[in-house]
Amino acid sequence: MAAQTILQKLEILADAAKYDASCASSGTAKKNSLGGKGIGSTEGMGICHAYAPDGRCISLLKILLTNHCVFDCHYCVNRKSSNVARARFTPQEVVDLTLAFYRRNYIEGLFLSSGIVKNSNHTMEQIVEVARILREEHDFRGYIHLKTIPEADPEIVHQAGLYADRVSINVELPTDSGLTRLAPDKDARQIEGAMGKVKADLVEAKDARKRFRHAPRFAPAGQSTQMIVGADAATDADIVGKASRLYDNFRLRRVYYSAFSPIPDASAVLPLKRPPLIREHRLYQSDWLMRFYGYKPSDVMQATEADGNLPLDIDPKLAWALKFREAFPVDVNRASKEQLLRVPGLGVKAVGKILASRRHRALRLDDVALLTQSITKVRPFICTVDWRPITLTDRADLRSLLAPKSEQLELFAA
Amino acid sequence: MTALQHVKLGTYYVVHLPEADDFDFWRERARALVQSDVPPDRVAWVEPGGSGDLFAHGERRMPVPPMDAKPVRANRRFVSLARNAILHSDPERFALLYRLLWRLQSSPRMMEDKADPDVRRVEELDKNVRRDSHKMHAFVRFRLVESEDEDVGEHYVAWFEPDHHILRANAGFFMRRFSNMRWSILTPRGSLHWDTETMSEGPPAERHDAPGGDPMEDLWRTYYASIFNPARLKIGAMLKEMPKKYWKNMPEASLIPELVAGAQGREARMVEKGALEFEERPDTLAAIDKAIHACRKCPIGQLDNHAVMGEGPQDAALMIVGEQPGDQEDQTGRPFVGPAGQLLDTHLEKVGIDRRAAYVTNAVKHFKYVQRGKRRLHQNPGAKEIDTCRWWIEGERAIVQPKLVLAMGASAARGLLGKTVSISRVRGAPIPLEDGSELWVTAHPSYLLRLEGAAREEQAQLFDADLAAVRARLEELA
Ligand code: SF4
Repeated sequence: MAAQTILQKLEILADAAKYDASCASSGTAKKNSLGGKGIGSTEGMGICHAYAPDGRCISLLKILLTNHCVFDCHYCVNRKSSNVARARFTPQEVVDLTLAFYRRNYIEGLFLSSGIVKNSNHTMEQIVEVARILREEHDFRGYIHLKTIPEADPEIVHQAGLYADRVSINVELPTDSGLTRLAPDKDARQIEGAMGKVKADLVEAKDARKRFRHAPRFAPAGQSTQMIVGADAATDADIVGKASRLYDNFRLRRVYYSAFSPIPDASAVLPLKRPPLIREHRLYQSDWLMRFYGYKPSDVMQATEADGNLPLDIDPKLAWALKFREAFPVDVNRASKEQLLRVPGLGVKAVGKILASRRHRALRLDDVALLTQSITKVRPFICTVDWRPITLTDRADLRSLLAPKSEQLELFAA
Repeated sequence: MTALQHVKLGTYYVVHLPEADDFDFWRERARALVQSDVPPDRVAWVEPGGSGDLFAHGERRMPVPPMDAKPVRANRRFVSLARNAILHSDPERFALLYRLLWRLQSSPRMMEDKADPDVRRVEELDKNVRRDSHKMHAFVRFRLVESEDEDVGEHYVAWFEPDHHILRANAGFFMRRFSNMRWSILTPRGSLHWDTETMSEGPPAERHDAPGGDPMEDLWRTYYASIFNPARLKIGAMLKEMPKKYWKNMPEASLIPELVAGAQGREARMVEKGALEFEERPDTLAAIDKAIHACRKCPIGQLDNHAVMGEGPQDAALMIVGEQPGDQEDQTGRPFVGPAGQLLDTHLEKVGIDRRAAYVTNAVKHFKYVQRGKRRLHQNPGAKEIDTCRWWIEGERAIVQPKLVLAMGASAARGLLGKTVSISRVRGAPIPLEDGSELWVTAHPSYLLRLEGAAREEQAQLFDADLAAVRARLEELA
């Protein structure tokens, strides 16, 4: 067979990476290339350099070093028994691509993952080698996110953290039984063990920097993980529970969810139906509630329905409010920030504006309308000097009144 | 002394700004005007190229504030908003900012009142400018120009069309990022040039001043086309963040119509395929029987053969799983009727297992073979084929719900476990399955058929021992 061109390899190895949900390039230490020999900067906020027709942002060159794999995970298009086209980059080729794209301002940096070739250590070494060449030989100061292989030697994983802004280890599936069944070659304890080790490295590096200003940084953007949703029977309550344990135990920056999507050449062990993308969306919304709105995992779990899943027709915040109607209406002129944050339709920004404005005037419904996206959604849950929803929160059909007209709208509206 | 005494009644002041984005100039003039008590409706602000017709006869000399004028007050929030909002292209921005500054003197906390129309407007300007800057950071696309001159070397040039006067304000961002690269950003409002040491400004440019292409763009477009998932088209979300007006200067954007159109096709094919892959699995044995005859999920089903359904009582405690039907099974439509089946019967009888009480089936439902003349030679199914056919055996298992499953041969074990195990290592002990039943693994009887003499004798004994252990365990479970 003729050798593949870079273009052909890129086609295969970017395609193989498209199921990975993480894209963020934010939250790392500030750096720039002034006074250095190379290029690159990170200024806290990541930049999305393009958007793909699936609505997701492109901020990093997200590719696999290779999609050859000795493992046989059923949800994965690269599993050993799948018959997709295979390709393999050399570390230098990935470096060259990253730099060429970066110089043209196409990307913020590199997200590198890989199928497992030969063995875990070998693969991890190759991944680290890419980062080493970028950082040491080219003085590259852009963003690097490395996917680490849990079975690899902790020493090599540690190296990865010294070069990368962020490292991630996929937990793959929300339950251990799901993992046993769908990723027979993987081991839940090993995955969590690797996360624990990374957390220890993060803590230690932070400590060292407090004492010595020049102590090496270790993955300043922290660690993240990804879970596949809908490939096994785990409910949203299971998933949220798992995510919050991971946040607590390993101080993760982010848990990404990837709705299992019908991958070409799917294995027959996979579920009957493709889970709706909207479910992934609801999980992100609940993650958001926990990270920015002060909801506890137990609050989100209480918002699930009898089957343990979040409703698909309404968002989790509204679902919670409808279950706890006694917490409403909330007086926008008097309520605490925490109470305001629980009002469906009020975002963090709108709450900030309400708190600031109410020092100057007693807010009327029209004022609130100016400060929010949609007053219709908010109205049933608040009172103002000129508005009190006497009957609305008691109405049995409140849900259908507030639910978006169809779930299609939310996902595909142009 | 009343305020109005400083100012000639009826005087209009006209302030000409030297640059559209000169905040410091505006601040200085605004301070003097406030201190001279000139109300907002008496000042006209004119930016370069803008018209000051309305106030053509206004006073161009600035009023001189009285010695005892109070200092002008403005909180930090106002200053940072104003500094950014002044970059907006709205000609009204200077007047708006002056009006706000004026009002701030009597109500110093006014900026907190988010419901005030002036405060809202300036926040809106600020937001538009920040968004425009952000889009510039994101959507500038450099193209490489290789110079003939060795000393000059590589030069990266971009063409960008900002909506507002943001070019100068964003010079630092590109300088910090590309500090060791020679680059220029050309825009209709002016240009920036960085030579790795100093920044210089140039006149407005036109699109044809910038290079037309870059060889890297093919790779970039390939990346762009490959990284998105056609099964989750969300055009609205894309347009919201990357409005069409930016597309013409982004090499990858030319692909979008094609990708969107193609995605529908790709998704339709996925759904078509998915109709098979994600159908509801039949929940009766009769329906599975019917479905496997129509199944073409793997290449074996495309051969000239028939599917063979398992047989036995639906409430059997023991499920025996072989590899796949052979020639005779294919002909008769029944499992384990050929030589291997006969050998199995003998051994089952020997250890006292009643075959008729067990549910007997295969990991793969169709016969895989190669044609040699008139003969059909048996071939082992591949891992992928076994995994595909696992769909059906799982269906049978879900209905029969055996307490114990006996898998004969590595293929059968894979059909139940999803991974390949070594028989010699796992035989003789149960492997728990996730529904609470247990799996026992032994050799396939056709393996015995291929052996001779002492080796066969030895394997037969092992086989019997496995069967005896299964029998004992069944009695325990009963
Ligand atoms: S062998 Fe199994 S998967 Fe393949 S076509 Fe036959 S029934 Fe379908």
